[in-house]
Amino acid sequence: MLNQIMQSRLRGVMLLGLILIFLPAFFANPFHYELAIQVGIVAATVVGLNLLVGFAGQISLGHAGFFGLGAYFSGIATGTYGWSSIPALVAGAIAVGVVAWIVGRPILRLKGHYLSMATLAVGFIIAIILENERALTGGPDGMSVPPLEVFGWQLSTFGRYSLFGLEISGVQAWYMVAGVLLVIATWFALNIIESPIGRALRSLKGSEVAAGVVGVNTTKYKSLVFVVSAVYASIMGGIYAHFQGFITPDLASFDFSIVLITMVVIGGMGSTFGVILGAVVIELLPQALADFQELEMAMFGLILMVTMIFMPKGLLPTLNSVVPNITRKKAAEVRHDSTG
Amino acid sequence: MTALVEVKGLDKVFGGVHAVEDVNFSVEAGKVYSVIGPNGAGKTTLLNLITGLYTPTKGEIRLGDESTARLTSNQLAERGMCRTFQHMQVCMNMTAIENVMLGLHLRFNSGLLATLFRLPSMRRNEALARERAAQLMDYVGCGDYLASEASAMSYGALKRLELARALAVDPKVILLDEPAAGLNATETAALEELIRKIAEQGVTVILVEHDMKLVMGISDQLLVLNYGRVLAEGTPEQISQNPDVIAAYLGG
Ligand SMILES: Nc1ncnc2c1ncn2[C@@H]1O[C@H](COP(=O)(O)OP(=O)(O)O)[C@@H](O)[C@H]1O
Ligand SMILES: [Mg+2]
Repeated sequence: MLNQIMQSRLRGVMLLGLILIFLPAFFANPFHYELAIQVGIVAATVVGLNLLVGFAGQISLGHAGFFGLGAYFSGIATGTYGWSSIPALVAGAIAVGVVAWIVGRPILRLKGHYLSMATLAVGFIIAIILENERALTGGPDGMSVPPLEVFGWQLSTFGRYSLFGLEISGVQAWYMVAGVLLVIATWFALNIIESPIGRALRSLKGSEVAAGVVGVNTTKYKSLVFVVSAVYASIMGGIYAHFQGFITPDLASFDFSIVLITMVVIGGMGSTFGVILGAVVIELLPQALADFQELEMAMFGLILMVTMIFMPKGLLPTLNSVVPNITRKKAAEVRHDSTG
Repeated sequence: MTALVEVKGLDKVFGGVHAVEDVNFSVEAGKVYSVIGPNGAGKTTLLNLITGLYTPTKGEIRLGDESTARLTSNQLAERGMCRTFQHMQVCMNMTAIENVMLGLHLRFNSGLLATLFRLPSMRRNEALARERAAQLMDYVGCGDYLASEASAMSYGALKRLELARALAVDPKVILLDEPAAGLNATETAALEELIRKIAEQGVTVILVEHDMKLVMGISDQLLVLNYGRVLAEGTPEQISQNPDVIAAYLGG
């Protein structure tokens, strides 16, 4: 039984890794790489948000705020103060974790719409601070961020690198970074879910009362998952800042928070691989429908509504339950035909 | 004579409703203590007060030497108290066995780092928890559901699952709110047997139940509530002969 779960979790992560390895075979130009990197970074963020929303049943309509904070922390620490990237990412994650813990404690007592409103306010406040602290952040005009520095390499999308004697371009190197981070983010999330901590988190959604009477400190676990999901957002925000090389307070905007939540919902709350698929779909949709750019937010709203009405479990879990049904039906038909 | 649970002058008011009013009683360790009374008498409210889900308007609750009226339910679980619910509280977003493993939360927890990296210590804990949970599911008679989702279980099986989860806390005192409600005669007989076994292992049982045959057969002591107040207290024999109780409850 335990083995089975171990194996299925391993299998999932390995499948994800394989897809990421073979995906570039379909890339025709650097733009495809850049798109994939962006999707990967956002997907890892959503995997973290899903712990809070999909598994623990809490809501955050301000999660872009933590993404933005992480982006600006990395941007300012490396750009203005000359830190190297990894210490900046780590310090940023700690700082954002502390912020999330401080704001989370009072607001996580709230439920439902009240929690939505409070997290929404948190996101707004962060965005406003980023816009107004011009001296630090450059205000609404944004700021530029130096390339990511890993193991002594300056990783720029325009660069050229050699890895084990192989010539690779900047976007290819970045693709590897984003891919590895997405796999790690997924692996950590799956490990959390299948653990005593993960059960405590899921019990917050299943029955908070039951959680309490068996000894789960519900306040503590709500704070914990809020902080963990904020740390995911912070790190991926920092990575994103290095990748884009330029950031604006839009990263912390309400619009982006809604995009993140939409990915969780359409991907299937509580399915880690589902929300990755959700991130892929929502990130690629605007590319496919480039003509409707002004209606983007309206479209997300529509997608959100349609999903909640027709696929309340989300994309992947719905596919999961529909596909076997179809095959079973086919099998039944075949049997019917052969007997009839 | 050691009182494990003691309730003194307990009051709970909801808006205009006096759900529990000046209730006093004490439960000796190792006994089966039942609370009966018509619907709306305040039985569930009383359990909610004892288990930390509600804070009393007035009065005192003691568990052993400690005053517990202000403690939360998870703090009470740490002190060896657990319960089941009249309206079942099972996590339908988990498998059956995970629900029971949730009950082992205090005993087999692992830190965040051990969890993130799935260290051997964490895996060992997890295996122990799974084994213990499976034993408990067998013990309460839902061993057939070891591989089931909670949402796939029948009503009766879910009630037993809730009991297994409460036992997983390894409680000194367990509170059961109408465990026989909705069960048929065979299931009720099995439940009676199970409660007897639990009590024999030294667990103090506080039972709220409407099934008089079950209550009279199993209880050491009974408390009768009516409109939030204590109508009578005594052994099953005393209660079944009490004229007030017969008039207010047993007779009607
Ligand atoms: N949370 C609550 N809010 C308001 N009134 C309540 C609440 N819980 C119970 N009551 C009221 O308290 C009284 C006792 O209810 P309850 O304890 O559920 O009775 P019992 O379990 O004996 O049937 C009822 O009148 C009920 O409406
Ligand atoms: Mg009741």
